[in-house]
Amino acid sequence: MDFYNDIGAFGSSTAVITEDSGRITYAELLAAADAIKDQVRDRCLVFSVCENSPGSLAGYLAFLRGRIVPLLLHNCIDRGLFETLLSTYRPAYIWLPREKAKAADWGREVFHYGGYSLLRTKHEPDYALHDDLALLLSTSGSTGSPKLVRLSYKNINSNAEAIAQYLGITRTDRPITTLPMSYTYGLSILNSHLLKGCALILTDKTLMDKAFWALLKTNEATTFGGVPYVYEMLKKLRFSRMELPSLKTLTQAGGKMSPELVGEFAAVCGQKGARFFVMYGQTEATARMSYLPSEQAISRAGSIGIAIPGGEFWLEDESGSVIAESDTAGELVYKGGNVALGYAAGRKDLCKGDENGGVLRTGDMAKRDAGGFYYIVGRKKRFLKLFGNRVNLDEIEQLIKSAGYGCACAGEDDHLRIYTSEKENQAAIKSLAAARTGIHPSAFEVICLESLPFNEAGKVLYSALK
Amino acid sequence: MTNREKYDKVFIDCFSVEKSALNDKFVYQCVTEWDSIGHMGMIAAVEAAFDIMMETDDIIDFSSYTKGAEILSKYKVVL
Repeated sequence: MDFYNDIGAFGSSTAVITEDSGRITYAELLAAADAIKDQVRDRCLVFSVCENSPGSLAGYLAFLRGRIVPLLLHNCIDRGLFETLLSTYRPAYIWLPREKAKAADWGREVFHYGGYSLLRTKHEPDYALHDDLALLLSTSGSTGSPKLVRLSYKNINSNAEAIAQYLGITRTDRPITTLPMSYTYGLSILNSHLLKGCALILTDKTLMDKAFWALLKTNEATTFGGVPYVYEMLKKLRFSRMELPSLKTLTQAGGKMSPELVGEFAAVCGQKGARFFVMYGQTEATARMSYLPSEQAISRAGSIGIAIPGGEFWLEDESGSVIAESDTAGELVYKGGNVALGYAAGRKDLCKGDENGGVLRTGDMAKRDAGGFYYIVGRKKRFLKLFGNRVNLDEIEQLIKSAGYGCACAGEDDHLRIYTSEKENQAAIKSLAAARTGIHPSAFEVICLESLPFNEAGKVLYSALK
Repeated sequence: MTNREKYDKVFIDCFSVEKSALNDKFVYQCVTEWDSIGHMGMIAAVEAAFDIMMETDDIIDFSSYTKGAEILSKYKVVL
């Protein structure tokens, strides 16, 4: 079962609804994909500069169907970083928006479709691609490094099928995009719905854009996903008072949301007759590793739930032994068919096979309750020692956030920096942190910023906090 | 501070711009700071500055410096 090949069976069903509410059928989309595929022919590396648009999607399907390996990149990628990636990986082709292709000299146009150009670069491959390698993604923690995650055909199909199963996706579901396609969570929404023959509403408009809501209502979207800040926006927009009868399923992933906000959305969705799913994953696991069944969303707010179908979780202590007891924190380890082959630091790594054997050490610290539900309590490396006390930066963030102040924490031993845009509440934040941890206030510095730096996926960009 | 000065200060603080940039060409996404996240922060700052709570439609319609001033008049804030 390869969804990108099997979806030919959906023929005359709508595959894509565009920003101007135009319709593209599966047959039309796949005809376009195969025309792109026929231009490239041989298995090679392609850079695909993604938008949520028909051209971008047709290219992605072309590459998977043709066993051509794409690296998916965000359309807003910094030009310097893009050129670093070009010289590091030397792709044979670039698939990108036409106006972008015209503004640079990256190659010669050999084909175009849906506002996209296929450029043949001058690079001749001096590297091999492993047979299992299907797709390359950059990790969502965007530090500007050329490090990529290597995903296999099996990874993509296995995760799409697991997601479709636990969300109960059917052909009548209709997602609207709220996340970039180059971001693992955004891509997983497309994959799992294509698998089931759904119509995808493709847009790059944001929740703060009137056109987004018009598109959602006109085309009766049934579902969308959001990272925590998306839910903070929805709250600001007083989502609870919006009339959106077509919505049936909301999902949240991409970072831990406060249990208060989870509880609030679970309750609001309940009133609206919609289901709310909290999920957890990483690019290194294609996308998803766990989900919290929607009927548990209120009672277990704050939990990442249970492993997805076909996956397995356990916790390990510092010596690497499996923790059998409940409510004991340890490193979260995952096993499943969606665990990536490994990383690539450059083109010479693209010939490597599976280095993980289906097991991923997440680097996240978690505990499990007596019912078998998992809770993330922090990240392995986000610890500081303050005057001899071991302090978890994520927990400090959570405690300040639950008092109603947005923040991000960083720092060194004996010096924890709390970045916030809460100018009026600097003193209150400092005394809160000191009071709740029982550590002397001189260990905390509160630094005011106009706004916290987020990457395009909505995660705090810790590398920008220096 | 007059209401106009308060309103300008929100834009200057939220989007790191000079007062001279604030005219009818100052619209959503015209500077990188005014993206969807910046919009949320700016709305919160406007609400705090004038002690109001805006309706969903007004938050979304608040798409330019000029349009915002019109919307505020609905909340009896005269600039």
